[in-house]
Amino acid sequence: MASILRLEHVSKSFHRGTANERAALQDIQLHLPPGEFLTVIGGNGAGKSTLLNAVSGIFPVDQGSIRLGGEDITFLKEYRRSRHIGRLFQDPLKGTAPNMTIAENLLLAYLRGTGRGFSLGLSKRDEAFFKEQLAQLGLGLEDRLKSKMGLLSGGQRQAVTLLMATIVTPRLLMLDEHTAALDPATGEKVLQLTQELIKKSRITTIMVTHNISSALSVGTRTIMMDEGRIILDLSGREREEMTVEKLLELFREKRSKQLDNDRMLLN
Amino acid sequence: MTFVAFQGAVELGFIYALLALGSFVSYRVLNIADMTVDGSFTTGAALSAVCAIAGLPALGLPAAIVGGAAAGAVTALMQTKLKVQPILAGIITMTALYSINLKILGTANLSLFQIDNIFTHFGAARVALIVLIVLASAAALGLFFHTRTGLSVRATGDNEEMVRTSSINTDFTKTVGLCISNALAGLSGALLAQYQSFANINMGTGMVIIALASLIIGEAIFGRRCVPLSILAVLVGSIIYRIIMALVLSSDTDPSDLKLISAIIVAAAVSYPALREKWDYWGRRRGAKRDAQSGNNSNREQGDQEKRGGEHS
Repeated sequence: MASILRLEHVSKSFHRGTANERAALQDIQLHLPPGEFLTVIGGNGAGKSTLLNAVSGIFPVDQGSIRLGGEDITFLKEYRRSRHIGRLFQDPLKGTAPNMTIAENLLLAYLRGTGRGFSLGLSKRDEAFFKEQLAQLGLGLEDRLKSKMGLLSGGQRQAVTLLMATIVTPRLLMLDEHTAALDPATGEKVLQLTQELIKKSRITTIMVTHNISSALSVGTRTIMMDEGRIILDLSGREREEMTVEKLLELFREKRSKQLDNDRMLLN
Repeated sequence: MTFVAFQGAVELGFIYALLALGSFVSYRVLNIADMTVDGSFTTGAALSAVCAIAGLPALGLPAAIVGGAAAGAVTALMQTKLKVQPILAGIITMTALYSINLKILGTANLSLFQIDNIFTHFGAARVALIVLIVLASAAALGLFFHTRTGLSVRATGDNEEMVRTSSINTDFTKTVGLCISNALAGLSGALLAQYQSFANINMGTGMVIIALASLIIGEAIFGRRCVPLSILAVLVGSIIYRIIMALVLSSDTDPSDLKLISAIIVAAAVSYPALREKWDYWGRRRGAKRDAQSGNNSNREQGDQEKRGGEHS
């Protein structure tokens, strides 16, 4: 099956040519078939967020190519890629404009990719559609279309951001620890909503998480990253039988092998 | 204040309201302190004066709009593509415009005395013409901010990252905003030049502060709830500012102190939230100290009570 997302030999290092040079992504090969729900785990500085940022185009990669839905997006600007990519961040304040109303925020997301032009913003039909979409969240926000976004709680804002990211079905949805800043109950609720929305529209998704157990229970495939490399790629039965303990054990094993290699080089 | 002076203040208030609307677009909507207006205001005035001398006073207004927008586009280009800091980008354009404005004017002070202007045939109804032009511009601006493009300009100042993730080019929205802002400043200068029958190379100096002062006065009255109300606030703020200035002028105050007064108004208004916070903090700290001194005894009693309560249970 053709892949929705294809990363071929993607490398990226920061502070190149200085003493602080750090390889954030090293020769990444990643293919996602349509409908795949990939979870990404790894320690701090493993390259998880760099991977998402490389795909969203926040910086150009040094080497390799990125294709999305058959289109080469390696040199496409961030805002152009956003047309087909939905994104959520850890900070629930990042995804919405606080001084604009819920309806205006949704409208901006809804117009993604279509020509913006000078026609007047919100029609009655849009409003009815947004109400219906908001009702899905089950947070009672459908009656608050005219409320300013800044008045909502972090969890509510993240839920609306989720709706904004998927209101026009994207080719790819990328979630960067999007429940980490919420309290456990709210985080659980947002994660549940995420799964429902993804399932409904069969959206290809990448989710970065620090929670290993939810990385294994949510989605269809899990990769583990370390020092800019994919060191483990689990799917199917192997993934079903994986436990948190076994995964940590595997991680330690791979890590020490890496350290041994380094030691040999140094000696 | 005489009635004539009052009427003059209202007329000037409406003319300068366009400038303040421009600052509303850059400072409030885009969240950029844009210094270009000091230059683009004069550019508008210069173009308008030159057009009037050429016998086409009405052409002066669209010319000023285009000239102002071009100045805004230059500043926007520096900010977005060349990554010059917003304030510096504005100062660079403003400085460059000084030379350009001198070239347009041909002299530092261009008198339009006894030359036909757009107000010539209106006589006493000139205030109506001013109000008409300003209200039409304000309405157009309000309408624009409810279009899809206008919405993305507003969102850019509110959360730039979110705008990019919604697949909107923020370089474009910033450019649109700065063009509109400086076009309004240019139009304001154009009206002023023909209204007072002269254009001067230095007439734009300090316009950023005057515009912000009007904006802040208006917001103090109407708040910042929605775009139409903010636009109304700017109009009213500008008129009030001019009335204050007329009152100052009719008193014994030295007119050269006007800029100092404007600067103090803006500095005080912009720092108001921070001062307010400090004031509350000091108040609470003083209160806490007082409680600590007078409340030592009562605290001890309370502690005893708790101890006794513990023994009972």
